[in-house]
Amino acid sequence: MTAARKSRRPEAGSAATVATSEEKLPPLDKLLAFYRDMLLIRRFEEKAGQLYGMGLIGGFCHLYIGQEAVATGIVHALAEGDSIITSYRDHGHMLVCGMDPRRVMAELTGRVTGYSKGKGGSMHMFARERGFYGGHGIVGAPVPLGTGLAFAHKYRGDGHICATFFGEGAANQGQVYEAFNMAALWKLPVLYVIENNRYAMGTPLTRATASTELYRRGEAFAIPGDQVDGMNVIAVYNRAVEAVAHVRDHGPFILEALTYRYRGHSMSDPAKYRTREEVEQYRKYHDPIEQLRRLLLEKNLVDEGRLRDIDREIRDIVNEAARFAQDSPEPEPDELWTDVYVEA
Amino acid sequence: MATPILMPALSPTMTEGTIVRWLKREGERIRPGEVIAEIETDKATMELEAVDEGVLGKILVPAGTEHVAVNTPIALLLEDGEEIAPAERQAAATVGGSPVAAAAAPTASAAIEPAAPAVVAPHARAEAEDEEPEIPPGTEMVRMTVREALRDAMAEEMRRDPTVFLMGEEVGHYQGAYKVSQGLLEEFGEKRVIDTPITEYGFTGLAVGAAFGGLRPILEFMTWNFAMQAIDHIVNSAAKTLYMSGGQLACPIVFRGPNGAAARVAAQHSQDFSSWYAHCPGLKVIAPWSAADAKGLLKAAIRDPNPVIFLENEILYGHSFDVPKTDDFVLPIGRAKVVRRGRHVTVTAFSRMVEIALAAAETLAREGIEAEVIDLRTLRPLDRATVVRSIQKTNRLVSVEEGWPVCGIGAELAAIAMEEAFDWLDAPVVRVTGKDVPMPYAANLERMALPQVEDVVAAVKAVCYRR
Repeated sequence: MTAARKSRRPEAGSAATVATSEEKLPPLDKLLAFYRDMLLIRRFEEKAGQLYGMGLIGGFCHLYIGQEAVATGIVHALAEGDSIITSYRDHGHMLVCGMDPRRVMAELTGRVTGYSKGKGGSMHMFARERGFYGGHGIVGAPVPLGTGLAFAHKYRGDGHICATFFGEGAANQGQVYEAFNMAALWKLPVLYVIENNRYAMGTPLTRATASTELYRRGEAFAIPGDQVDGMNVIAVYNRAVEAVAHVRDHGPFILEALTYRYRGHSMSDPAKYRTREEVEQYRKYHDPIEQLRRLLLEKNLVDEGRLRDIDREIRDIVNEAARFAQDSPEPEPDELWTDVYVEA
Repeated sequence: MATPILMPALSPTMTEGTIVRWLKREGERIRPGEVIAEIETDKATMELEAVDEGVLGKILVPAGTEHVAVNTPIALLLEDGEEIAPAERQAAATVGGSPVAAAAAPTASAAIEPAAPAVVAPHARAEAEDEEPEIPPGTEMVRMTVREALRDAMAEEMRRDPTVFLMGEEVGHYQGAYKVSQGLLEEFGEKRVIDTPITEYGFTGLAVGAAFGGLRPILEFMTWNFAMQAIDHIVNSAAKTLYMSGGQLACPIVFRGPNGAAARVAAQHSQDFSSWYAHCPGLKVIAPWSAADAKGLLKAAIRDPNPVIFLENEILYGHSFDVPKTDDFVLPIGRAKVVRRGRHVTVTAFSRMVEIALAAAETLAREGIEAEVIDLRTLRPLDRATVVRSIQKTNRLVSVEEGWPVCGIGAELAAIAMEEAFDWLDAPVVRVTGKDVPMPYAANLERMALPQVEDVVAAVKAVCYRR
């Protein structure tokens, strides 16, 4: 599985090829769940961008638009009780985990009804009841943390795994390899998902490393890896199902998803490092939601009306989240002093 | 003339050791590099190799002898055909146990630090007047080292709670780089006593993740110097997540290991991190002196639902104190302890500096100055009330710490004295600290860089306006 292979990244400008014959088609309810989740992320993030522009969301805000297929495909391959951890581009993962969009949006606007009572913001939200362990702001830090969550699963012998997401920028951090080493040594049940969206802030991968096949980064520790077209949710899901099975039985696995973010690194990104055409090519030919929509219609799995209903439903959810996030009060001044320590 | 073989110093802090066994018999030939004996130090069992060629003429210290001071002649090496002179025979007869008075080794050129002074039993000193004693009168006490007390604390808590585990470099098969985890692997197995590769950043993040996942890790740093590689996870991941999650995600973890200067290991291995960690909300910081406090506070730290920084001291590991003979001795975090009563001046200290402060108080008492010595024990949350109450009585404060002066614990205490006891102060607060330089290696410079008894005596006299 670790042998070098042709890149799974779609060629810019080539026609979209979703559900090519090589991809096994999941059942319809799964496909519709993918569609629904990806659309929820897309609309939610567009709304967050709007609210940011209105000054209702502050600070850092990293949108997931374009990368929806990665979190969606991976999380759907996990089981109830598995753990998920990621870094700061985290809204999409939270929504796929089933966290309440109203409370996620309320955290973005810094309101007491947010997941962290308004004290965490965009990068710091958690929902243990959903297996979601953040939301971490330091590049690379989720990798040993997620390896530790996997350690806890193994220590307890509960049969669960931890899916640990990080970007291709984080893949050059030293702590990533310290974690790989221990994960392999102790056969920890951890799935490393590298979301390779090509740019670490403004630095393309090729200007940051001579070794760009990131799924092979575990070879030194005998951790197998695979690469998948991260714009194709079915491909991500199918590879994830295999990878998760490997992790449960044998220990760590690295899945590199080749993806693309349409928006800037954060809201303050001037985007001087790539062309408008490049972004347009991805939008036009490789959009994960559009690809799935076309597949569902071309294969006559659903009719347009059904998809329109889902679109409407998602719009309502997102509008309600935005309303909730604006109407909720800010935290009381007393909240400044709470949650520094757990009272014994 | 016969050449004496001396008890070697096999670690920077070793002052004495045990001859476990002799691997050569009297009269046997030995060659350079051959192992002639096994010696147990404060850290490990080491092999003693012969340096010179000759015949093992006489074993002066038999196998099994404990507390053999460094530089004591332990055997005599003869050249071929040589006999032991009668005088040497006699000298040999007086050696063999401890204390070894006749240990002045003729060939020893290095100055040997005197053995650590006998520790004053803290329980002989009064508790604060208005407090219940922490150890009820009549409690049976047992003498043990700080090292053993820490080990017992971990073992007891691991028996009590299956989610507690110990992780770190050399904690298992090696039995602890400083022997603190001795015997734990045998009792708890590899699942719960986990040797890590030398990757502080990685294994600290991993342990914090395990704590997020509901376990209670004890993470040993071989020394706190190496934890600087991991400070991102200690502060950004462990200390802040509870707050950032609005109280959802706690991190019950203990980070522990030796802190501060050991002996002659120079700048990168001799640093006091007390004020670094005491600065950070979300962390609790403990720096005990006595074995009883080390045990009671480590148990409290393991049970605490928050991340706790537990700063030990390598030199104290081998010091013995009385410890209550019970497996449920837990002390409250955040409470200082008056370890010597006095009315003229308050002296605060923590960790090994308590020893220095007590020795200074002894000297000062002979000159009519009664110092009240407070062992802070916990640096965050700092027990302001005990310090302020003492200042209100003595009207003077001298703070003693091993760390650097700038933004140190003493600076914090001076601020507290100003904020909460200004009207009671009869003199400016004086700080006795480590010097504001990286730790030098040379023995004389190292001594100058660290607070000494005479520094504390001088500071106390200054605030008492005495010469």
